Amino acid sequence: MGAFLVRRLSINVLVFFLITIAIFALVHKTPGDPIAMQIPADQLNSGSAEFIAQKRAELGLDGSLLTQYWHWLTNALHGDLGYSLLNGRPVTEVLGERVGPTVELMGVGLLVSVLIAFPLGILAARRRNSWLDYGATVVSLGSVSVPVFFVALIVIYVFTLKFQWFPSSGISDPTNPSLLNTLHHLVLPALILGFGNSGPFMRYVRSSMITELSADYVRTANAKGAPPRRVVLRHAFRNSLIPVLTVIASNLPQLLAGAVVIEQVFAWPGMGQLAVSSVNQHDYSVIVGFALLIAILVLMSNLLADVLYTVVDPRVRLR
Amino acid sequence: MTVSAPAVRTPAGAALRRFRKHPAAVVSVVFIALVVLAAIFARPLSGHDPNAIDLLSARSGPSGGHLLGTDSTGRDVLSRLLFAGRISLGVGIASAAIAVVIGTVLGSIAGLLGGWVDGLVMRLADVFMSFPSLVVIVVVAGILGPSVLTMVIAIGLFQWPVCGRIVRGVTLSLREQEFVLASRATGAGPLWLMRKHIIPAALPPVSVVATLAVAQAIALEATLSFLGLGVQPPAASWGNMLTDAQSLTVIRSEPWLWLSPGIAVALTVLAVNFIGDGLRDAVDPRSSS
Repeated sequence: MGAFLVRRLSINVLVFFLITIAIFALVHKTPGDPIAMQIPADQLNSGSAEFIAQKRAELGLDGSLLTQYWHWLTNALHGDLGYSLLNGRPVTEVLGERVGPTVELMGVGLLVSVLIAFPLGILAARRRNSWLDYGATVVSLGSVSVPVFFVALIVIYVFTLKFQWFPSSGISDPTNPSLLNTLHHLVLPALILGFGNSGPFMRYVRSSMITELSADYVRTANAKGAPPRRVVLRHAFRNSLIPVLTVIASNLPQLLAGAVVIEQVFAWPGMGQLAVSSVNQHDYSVIVGFALLIAILVLMSNLLADVLYTVVDPRVRLR
Repeated sequence: MTVSAPAVRTPAGAALRRFRKHPAAVVSVVFIALVVLAAIFARPLSGHDPNAIDLLSARSGPSGGHLLGTDSTGRDVLSRLLFAGRISLGVGIASAAIAVVIGTVLGSIAGLLGGWVDGLVMRLADVFMSFPSLVVIVVVAGILGPSVLTMVIAIGLFQWPVCGRIVRGVTLSLREQEFVLASRATGAGPLWLMRKHIIPAALPPVSVVATLAVAQAIALEATLSFLGLGVQPPAASWGNMLTDAQSLTVIRSEPWLWLSPGIAVALTVLAVNFIGDGLRDAVDPRSSS
């Protein structure tokens, strides 16, 4: 188990460095003086020529590309991602306040998709080729086919504009920022995010359950007279979770992609909305910070999938 | 009088027969054929210039003159929808083609050479698969500026691993077979093996993933264009026709603006996915339940 994880970890670290090189190459393509991304705008505008030159030397911007990369990387790893070109605030701070809302949205969205996918997947596996199985397949194909933003528009039309049940903009009312109010705002975006991700999960639960339900130990349990409910939930389902959990972990980046779109439609103040608005306003330093954060998230979820894989399946540990 | 069917049974014929047993897939083929025809004959069908601005009849609902209404600058929604089909289908097919070419080349190289080359290619595939292409394209478009070409290349780059893995698998299973050993022994090089043995053998499974890749690329293009990072106006794409619908007043009072392009994307992607599913069952009878 140790050797397997160490190998995966070292691959991830290597990949991370390759990605930082790619991001740095992109940074290099941005128009404008790179120093503008690395010191606050007021200092840049009011500072004397000597001050700017001194800063330039400190930041390694006079040196070769390699020096520049090294300075940029070490600063980034110390949490210094430069300053927003738009308002001069530190990028770490700008990004930091957006992480919470995105995590809330993704967490509740994930819960919703699991609540849809697990029962449907188990039922579809138990009654293969029934109308329920076909229905579940069509729903799952629909959830991957219909773009999430179109689902969002329909849902807003019906539930916000026609019935006026749920709000469709922001994280809470400015006049009444309570937890209950935030939950009320979270209902539509989380349901849509969860529905969009439930399709692939459901198919994995179904196929994994079909494999387990045809295993010998299930026949044994049935033959011994264990109640069917218990056989399905306690025996087969627990084993079918092994592949499903790793799929869920490695699917976290996909969940984030869905959140980016949904945050934009619902004006949810998370990282995705920040990224899209930074792109539209050419705030390159924030875009770069966002890219680094995504790279870290993707590699962490890969690693999480690997760890889950080894923890839940003893056969992997022997490799 | 009944005439018995011709006795010749080819693998392709058998696959076609299995495909025809898939009602959703057959309906989808007809639907996609209609969409393609509508996109090709967009000009005669629409009767309006997709970019003609007519401020006097802006934001009017469906009527005899404009079957699907007009948008905020009075452009005819139906003709924009038809012309948008060209871009959306084009982006879908072009990105899937890029993915298939890269996947086939890298997959067969990995399978033929094995060893560290194989390891490297497969790790590369893992990395590309683990990144959400939408988010990466948002970042790239943010720095390089949005363009259709960048988008097509980026979508293709992130879709090759699925095809690459399949071609590698086919190559590995072919590599040890007698007829391949024989052609190697008589001096066939890797390019010959690819052309004569690997590509024909990989074609059925690759056609399935290529179809699914087209569906994915169409949905991705729509999403990116919706966010303003894909196809740029005045060119119409199904995604950027919905960009206007980010305000509640438009959603409420001008549903024709966002319903028709949204339905067009949803049905097209769904149909292409159904075709992919039908193809899967047709070329690999074991996979059908």
